[in-house]
Amino acid sequence: MAGQAARCFRLALLALLVFSLAGCARKTDSREVVRFWAMGFEGEIVAQLIPEFERTHPGIRIQLQQLPWTAAHEKLLTAFAGDATPDICQLGNTWIPEFAALNALEPLDSRIAGSKAIDVADFFPGIWDTNVIDGTVYGVPWYVDTRLPYYRRDLLKAAGFDKPPADWAEWRKAMAAIKAQAGPTKYSILLPLNEFEPMLALALQQEEELLREGGRFGNFRSEGFRRTLTFYKEMFDQQWAPPVTNIQISNVWDEFDKGFYSFYISGPWNIAEFKKRIPAARQDEWMTMPLPGPNGPGASIAGGSSLVLFRSSTQKPAAWAFLEYLSSAQTQEKFQALTGDLPPRRSVWNVPRLAKDPYALAFRDQLERAKPTPKVPEWERIATEMRLVTEQMVNGQINVEEAATELDRRADKILEKRRWMLDKAVAK
Amino acid sequence: MSTGTRLAGWAFAGPALIVIALFFAVPVLAALALSLTDFDIYALSDLDNLRFVGIDNYVNLLHEPLFWKALGNTFYFVIVGVPLSIAVSLGAALLLQSKLGRFKPFFRTAFFAPVVTTVVAVAVIWRYLFHTKYGLVNWGLGGIGIDPIDWLGDPQWAMPTIILFAVWKNFGYNMIIFIAGLQAIPEDLYEAARIDGASFWGQFRHVTLPLLGPVLLLVGILTMAGYFQLFAEPYVMTQGGPLESTVSVLYLMYEQGFKWWNLGAASAVAFVLFVLMAGITSGLLWFARRRGAE
Repeated sequence: MAGQAARCFRLALLALLVFSLAGCARKTDSREVVRFWAMGFEGEIVAQLIPEFERTHPGIRIQLQQLPWTAAHEKLLTAFAGDATPDICQLGNTWIPEFAALNALEPLDSRIAGSKAIDVADFFPGIWDTNVIDGTVYGVPWYVDTRLPYYRRDLLKAAGFDKPPADWAEWRKAMAAIKAQAGPTKYSILLPLNEFEPMLALALQQEEELLREGGRFGNFRSEGFRRTLTFYKEMFDQQWAPPVTNIQISNVWDEFDKGFYSFYISGPWNIAEFKKRIPAARQDEWMTMPLPGPNGPGASIAGGSSLVLFRSSTQKPAAWAFLEYLSSAQTQEKFQALTGDLPPRRSVWNVPRLAKDPYALAFRDQLERAKPTPKVPEWERIATEMRLVTEQMVNGQINVEEAATELDRRADKILEKRRWMLDKAVAK
Repeated sequence: MSTGTRLAGWAFAGPALIVIALFFAVPVLAALALSLTDFDIYALSDLDNLRFVGIDNYVNLLHEPLFWKALGNTFYFVIVGVPLSIAVSLGAALLLQSKLGRFKPFFRTAFFAPVVTTVVAVAVIWRYLFHTKYGLVNWGLGGIGIDPIDWLGDPQWAMPTIILFAVWKNFGYNMIIFIAGLQAIPEDLYEAARIDGASFWGQFRHVTLPLLGPVLLLVGILTMAGYFQLFAEPYVMTQGGPLESTVSVLYLMYEQGFKWWNLGAASAVAFVLFVLMAGITSGLLWFARRRGAE
């Protein structure tokens, strides 16, 4: 027993020595530390791109912190309140107005103007625009996301259509024909009632802005928005769409495969899911298509994530160097290969892997018509109200006119503080 | 009372009082103060953007149809859920106490198991059980000729489904308390009742229930306080839908506070709920005291 104790003691001593040596080693690392926060899947993958940057920039060390998406917003706000924001961060592009309003983000215009790696003209304009608040650029798009329909080629063909519809009129005909074939237990399209995105994408296709007077009031009683509401309601009234949520469907891919619906408006991540979940023998029955608009191919949501620098950072030049590295066409291409995310730069789309992917083609086309949502911090809340009110409309509790009026009322109430802030700024 | 005795009294009560003041009184007062402002992300960036709004948050809340709907949903959940939950717990406890019971340790564990499972994991299974097309429940109902019910998608059925889920999830906890209460009832009382010719039902009404009085009161208050704070079940099962039929007061507060960062308005919701629960619990205690159950 005594021998064992002595051995333990010696081991502990050795461990202590090793740890203190390691501590010394860490202290001698005199490189500048850049704190980088990234979220979810991209946050995991980006770790593989850091060694290359550190090799070419020997004076900089990147300290990566990965956040889960569900906690990211809260963590960023708390970090802001506690003066603990990172130097560079991934930010969902709909969050940019909010953090710009907090005055937390560093304006990037002069840095971009002097940058060789970042060529503004190479980025899709709608995506780039989501980063511009009142004429100032606060972020550089990292990867993009937009919504468009996945459709069943075979069912569309069986209903008598050789190519996917390009505008609402054709789409109506196709949905009616599919429904006639499918019978009462199946449908033409899935518009999940717990998502605001499909409705929002159709609303962005109209010419009128969703908020008026610089985001002071809702503009939901406009001609265009009511046209979208009418079309949306029609899809449920005609029984082309089932009045259900995603949660009730449980497995959207399986139901799509079973033909419960033939159109499903979703984002690029589902390309990989459909490839994985639909049996190999039936892989060629599905395809993606640009979102039909009121007259010809229409706009859709400009989503995705951007990279931003925080105003309070003390390492801005180093952080900017890292941002340039991540945004360069070369790194973007590697990142695309690793994640499958859609790149925001047109030049990256020319690599054969993407240019020849038939499923990605529609997204490439759609991205040229991606349109930002209103850039006010309150937008997500207004979009949620939009979902709730349209759900009431679909269930027949209110009609189109009432829904538009109610939405304007709710939006105006939510924007009250913003109006007060804007008026206060003018008074100064 | 001498000064010494008084000091000793304060010394004994002191630690508890400090803890109550620090972790109860201060947060409640802070929430009250916050509820009189319009604290939001703009105020977070610059305190100049904070406005003192008096009771506006409360007035707005009372004019908000969704608040009344949430309050109605919460009362629905409490009024149906609490008695049902207590009845099921008591029933399970009686079965486990019965001399005719077999495999008691197994059933005791099985009945208690839902309490210690994670609500998120269980919700996934329940969503499948209550799936309109593939759910076991609708399949079973189909077997006896009942048309499928859209449990989680129909505004009429969503709350009953949530109640069933909550009762199933929680009854085991109260069951354990009831078993302890039942074991404390002397066996000779039942024997005497039987000699007097009391039926099973008579024994239950005149021996078990009166002697369980204090336990029932405790369980009633605990369950009610818990059920008023309905949140996790709708959060994982329906996200407040369909048509806001499962939005509870606490869910409303969560959305205001942690989703939209309107901490002023969220504090007002929290305060209303606090006053409501404090009032109802005191009412229940007063009622019990009058009946002499305490």
